[in-house]
Amino acid sequence: MDLATSLENVTVLGAGGKMGSGIALLLAVEMAKRRLDPANRGRGYRLHLVDTSAEALDGIPGYLRAQARKIGEKTTVALRELYAEREDLVENGEIIQAFVDEVLDGVRLATDAAAAKDSKLVFEAIIENPEIKVKVYRDLKKICGEEAFFLTNTSSVPIRLIDEEAGLDGRIIGYHFYNPPPVQKLVELITTPATKPGLVALSEELGKVLRKKLIPANDIAGFIGNGHFMRDGLHAIAEVEKLAKDRPFTEAVYMMDKVSRDFLVRPMGIFQLIDYVGLDVFKAILSVMKPNVPDPSLHSELVDKLVAAGVKGGQYPSGAQKDGFLKYGKKGPEGVYDPEKGDYLAYDPAWCARLDETLGAPPASWQPWKKLARNKQAGELLATYFADLHALVTPGAKLAAAYLKRSKEIGEKLVADGVANTTEDVNGVLQNGFYHIYGPINDYVQA
Amino acid sequence: MKKMRKNVYLCCGYNTVSLGTGRPEFHPKKPRPGIEHYVQEAGRKVLAQIPSADLVDECVIGNFMAARFCRQGHLAGLMASIDPALLYKPSTRTEGACCSGGLALYTAIKSILAETADVVLTLGVEVQNSMKAIYGADVLAGAGWYAGDRKKGHAYFFPNQFSIRSGVCYEKYGYDKVRRGMAHWFANAITNARRCPTAQEHHNKVEDLVELGMTPPNPKVFCEHISVFDCSKVSDAGSGLITCSEEGLKKLGIPKEQAVLVEGVGQTEADLCAPPPDQTALTNMAKSVAAAYEMAGVGPQDLAFGEVHDCFSINGLLACEAMQLVKQGEAADFVAEGNVRHDGTIPLNTSGGLIGWGHPTGGTGVRQAVDMVLQLTGKAGTFQVEVKPERPHGLLINMGGNDITVTTLIARRAE
Repeated sequence: MDLATSLENVTVLGAGGKMGSGIALLLAVEMAKRRLDPANRGRGYRLHLVDTSAEALDGIPGYLRAQARKIGEKTTVALRELYAEREDLVENGEIIQAFVDEVLDGVRLATDAAAAKDSKLVFEAIIENPEIKVKVYRDLKKICGEEAFFLTNTSSVPIRLIDEEAGLDGRIIGYHFYNPPPVQKLVELITTPATKPGLVALSEELGKVLRKKLIPANDIAGFIGNGHFMRDGLHAIAEVEKLAKDRPFTEAVYMMDKVSRDFLVRPMGIFQLIDYVGLDVFKAILSVMKPNVPDPSLHSELVDKLVAAGVKGGQYPSGAQKDGFLKYGKKGPEGVYDPEKGDYLAYDPAWCARLDETLGAPPASWQPWKKLARNKQAGELLATYFADLHALVTPGAKLAAAYLKRSKEIGEKLVADGVANTTEDVNGVLQNGFYHIYGPINDYVQA
Repeated sequence: MKKMRKNVYLCCGYNTVSLGTGRPEFHPKKPRPGIEHYVQEAGRKVLAQIPSADLVDECVIGNFMAARFCRQGHLAGLMASIDPALLYKPSTRTEGACCSGGLALYTAIKSILAETADVVLTLGVEVQNSMKAIYGADVLAGAGWYAGDRKKGHAYFFPNQFSIRSGVCYEKYGYDKVRRGMAHWFANAITNARRCPTAQEHHNKVEDLVELGMTPPNPKVFCEHISVFDCSKVSDAGSGLITCSEEGLKKLGIPKEQAVLVEGVGQTEADLCAPPPDQTALTNMAKSVAAAYEMAGVGPQDLAFGEVHDCFSINGLLACEAMQLVKQGEAADFVAEGNVRHDGTIPLNTSGGLIGWGHPTGGTGVRQAVDMVLQLTGKAGTFQVEVKPERPHGLLINMGGNDITVTTLIARRAE
């Protein structure tokens, strides 16, 4: 079945979650545009949004409406063309409102997966739990027609596991969006030898339609993104545990977060990133990967302990960051969790300055991520910066050099283990999905 | 009217800050002052410069679209909120799109000439940041012909009118030449705004302004031939001054050297339903300027400076031609050579103009008049230019729509 026909009836499972609602928005907007295209007259479009939580479903129309309005406001130039024949819609405001209505028009909400009955494409973005996913897919197999294709947003569960246990006969593919799906360009495409060729072709075409950058990953738990991120995070946690032998835990976390953000010129520190993903999600992904990947290091007692203590990170429905390793204010991190006290230590300027001094200043050639990300000469500037960094003997420089080296090892192992086909794919995932300016497999690392 | 039938003076000017993007105190999501605030601030600061509000005979307020931007019509009724002494006095609101302020000046001058008043409190005001730019574009499109042109028009209707003009100019005179002239116009606007504390771009710190002005247009999100840097600002501001007769000036006790004498006025109107006769010329503006020159008995060689309506950088260039500083097609080079800078042969828009100071649409004409009074009376402070005795005249051009309503005013320091 071609993509144009497949898009006539689509279901998103787990639509109340952040990933699911983002995927729903992308699809709802695409369907609205197709509905407006005179070439599609006669076709109907339905988007079934399913979530077992009625409360989560309640929030979807409001979310879609607000986001569709923002999209309409940003694309009004093109929308005026699409609505050129509608004489009754003259002003931008009228056209944007019509577009918002159009996006919502084909959406149907349901708490039961039975709504997917006539769908040709089913996107799944439910909880990252292999048993639950398999159960849901077993149900879907009964509900949906034999021609239905399934696209799972899993970031860690092996596709073959779901395929075989649910008996989908290759009708499932890994289609891993990055958070938030409407914004992030990257989609990891995970196939297995059993994946139907028609599904691969359709997924690739859909990627182009949604203007996503598809990077192939092989079916090894965690794939490229989490394959790197988990180990990267575990490296930072191990460094914290080492540092915490000689200084308070809070200081160690602050220092590693700063090293990973500033010294490595990344958009956010590693602990801020773990908080963004959620410590509970981090823990869940590790537990999915551990039995499926021959790597005993994929576990963190510290994360287990923190999650048990209710320190989970993640985001509020508004998008605001919840406290995790770090405590957040309007302008970003403003404190760090102290497990001994079970409370956060607020950043004190003198305390931060003392730790910054301990780490030492980065070399003069350092520039913040925000500035370098916009610089076309970033590659050359980073080469100079990292050469200067390696010439320093400060604690900060040493931690950064070790981190850079470890990140490269992780990346290379992903290629060696067959998770990624190429170095470029590893670097592509980190640069597109994590906004790194440079890939982990680079020439900046020195022996 | 070939000559002014009696002396008309402008004095006691005041401009509020032009609030909008660029000002550090502006935040789009935080509450901001409403339109009545700008009316009252501008009005009260003007009245503070005269002995008593009782001396005001009439009020005029220029405004374009408060009814849509602020859901507030009936602006003449806001004038009495400035001071109880204005209660029960005549008050008029003028509207001519972005020339509403110019029409307020023209109306006040006519009241003096008609001898219905000796002292007219003259205001111009607009509050535009009440909505996002994409919806503001709908409101501003009201300056065009709605029934005939809006549906087929661009999302950014007015910017596109001047994008079209720019495109035709590129074709006629060469892209690089015109674009460079437009970039220098932008650079001059921001440079001058940095001199003026009330300007919206006063805090702009960009180093290479010409390079920024050369930013290529992106038709996917904006217009085909211009970038956002070619556009005037979206602004909230109010301006006010006193328009008065000789007798009025005496009553107020204002020394003549603190006032300017209006020497010539040109107010001309084109056909809203007709396309511009020449996309590379401001035909109506040229008529308005010519009328003002004739009435004042002066020409471009007699001007110390000018306040021109640069709603878009291309309009700044075309205004140079309409006011006869150069021949048609020569403005881009004229501007790029630095002639309109503070230290140039004819400084234009000395406080930043519509691109640098800001463009509170219906208030702009009065803002221009306030700055003209400040320059001619030597009170422009940080943005003062030299007014030489042999070239003692100042000129302002205020335009509404796509060269539809134009008011030109020429004045010199009173003696």
